[in-house]
Amino acid sequence: MSAVDEAKRAERRLGWALCAPAALVMLAVTGWPILHAVWLSFQRYDLKYPDQREFVGLENYLTVLSNQYWWTAFGTTLLIVATQLVIEFVLGMALALIMHRAVIGRGLVRTASLIPYGIVTVVAAFSWRYAWTPDTGYLANLFAADGAPLTERGSALAIIVLAEVWKTTPFMALLLMTGLALVSEDLLEAAQIDGASRWQRFTKVMLPVMKPAILVAVLFRTLDAFRVFDNIVVLTDGAQDTSSVSVLAYNNLIKGLNLGIGSTMSVLIFLAVALIAFLFVKLFGAAAPGADEDGGRR
Amino acid sequence: MSRKPADTAKWTVLNAVVVAYALVPVLWIVSLSFKTSAGLSDGRFIPAEWTLANYAAIFQTGEFLRALANSIGIALIATTIAVVLGAMAAYAIARLDFPGKRALVGVSLLIAMFPQVSLVSPLFEVERTLGLFDTWPGLVLPYTTFSLPLAIYTLSAFFREIPWQLEEAATMDGATPGQAFRKVIAPLAAPGVFTTAILVFIFCWNDFLFAISLTSTEASRTVPVALQFFTGDSQFEDPTGTIAAAAVVITVPIVLFVLLFQRRIVSGLTSGAVKE
Repeated sequence: MSAVDEAKRAERRLGWALCAPAALVMLAVTGWPILHAVWLSFQRYDLKYPDQREFVGLENYLTVLSNQYWWTAFGTTLLIVATQLVIEFVLGMALALIMHRAVIGRGLVRTASLIPYGIVTVVAAFSWRYAWTPDTGYLANLFAADGAPLTERGSALAIIVLAEVWKTTPFMALLLMTGLALVSEDLLEAAQIDGASRWQRFTKVMLPVMKPAILVAVLFRTLDAFRVFDNIVVLTDGAQDTSSVSVLAYNNLIKGLNLGIGSTMSVLIFLAVALIAFLFVKLFGAAAPGADEDGGRR
Repeated sequence: MSRKPADTAKWTVLNAVVVAYALVPVLWIVSLSFKTSAGLSDGRFIPAEWTLANYAAIFQTGEFLRALANSIGIALIATTIAVVLGAMAAYAIARLDFPGKRALVGVSLLIAMFPQVSLVSPLFEVERTLGLFDTWPGLVLPYTTFSLPLAIYTLSAFFREIPWQLEEAATMDGATPGQAFRKVIAPLAAPGVFTTAILVFIFCWNDFLFAISLTSTEASRTVPVALQFFTGDSQFEDPTGTIAAAAVVITVPIVLFVLLFQRRIVSGLTSGAVKE
């Protein structure tokens, strides 16, 4: 065997050895539990009645899928995701343009916009909760005197979306800013000379060039928004049908101690997220993260 | 380039809007934390009367200090493990050629998108069986796992930028491989490792879902969760002021990180999320 082959094999072994610990931890803490969740979801398993544990096949799935609470929570989650994404995209784009173009105070704006990203979500949620609490808050009487916006579904959902948008818009803006960096000034100038208006330059020149960055940002934010949990627990604790699927699964498990139903919801949420990711990759193909040719190569 | 006064004015206004947007909720919780119990219900944005009583109150109870110690300890351990394991994997991804590399990158991407709530019920059951429920390792494990993708992406982006020829040059000049690594490569890699550690720490510091599902007592409850369980000194006392004070205390380190390392955090976030 030649020395070159030997060197190549040594490189492979080193590569595997270095990656093994990270790979093992990730598989042990996600791969195996998700299989375990599937197994638990086929059982009647309520910690309040542990002796009644038995294999029931798809019964839990029938229970969950025919339950109106599940569908309300599912609808609520989708509503939050959709509204949040639209608002966040518009605001994020505006913020990205400001950060990209800023001639004065660029550092200040960037630093300020990182603060929401870093703040503990629960802390921000408490800030919003107290802001909208009657008597305590400076915002409670904004729309109606003696209002209690967190106790009505519509306004409570709006506040949940607001809290989420506040927290994650800066992240969206940062991702979009990397996309803006790809737009060449020459191209914009050429378009301007050809008589394109500001809006045309934005939609016809900038957006197409930014498409990969936009898709990555939107995919990440969609999946992240789908997991909404902290804000809802602090703001309403799921009252007035404001539970997301995560809150519902958590309540069934930790408050209800029903492992069978909790696991069924876990599996369904996993499948929903997998479906969203699959649709993105299928629809947008090469633009999906990790699918690009350079993915992980030297 | 000379700046027109109109431009200056426009940018000043825009900057002010962005800064206000980012800071208002933070300033509001700070304001609440300095309000007297009588002032809490006046609905004013700025306290009429300032007091440190809320801070004194939280530091007098063992409950908050315990939660703070848990938060710091768990986040530091998880950050250390994630950065060490992530750095090993990222070095391999950036520098070595081996089959399975793409699979690893793909798996960590999948985990970054994983719905964390899906793990709550199996982990609850598994950790109860193994005796990890309501312990530090019980939270360190999921934190490490979910921050590994972030660590791997960010670090491999940093490592790719390092001019590794310098290492060869150093060995040519007579340094041992160990010396070359310590004296040449490690100082170049340190900023990236440090940035990654901050991002991972923020992630662990922030978690609520695992902390509320996998703990049940003060033994491992972290501050974000402890806030939910805060009560006033008596049943009739409103805990708003103390919650606000505790919230401010866990916000301070993050704001300091952001102020001190703003540039690095931006480059870390963007290089980790979008490969250029």
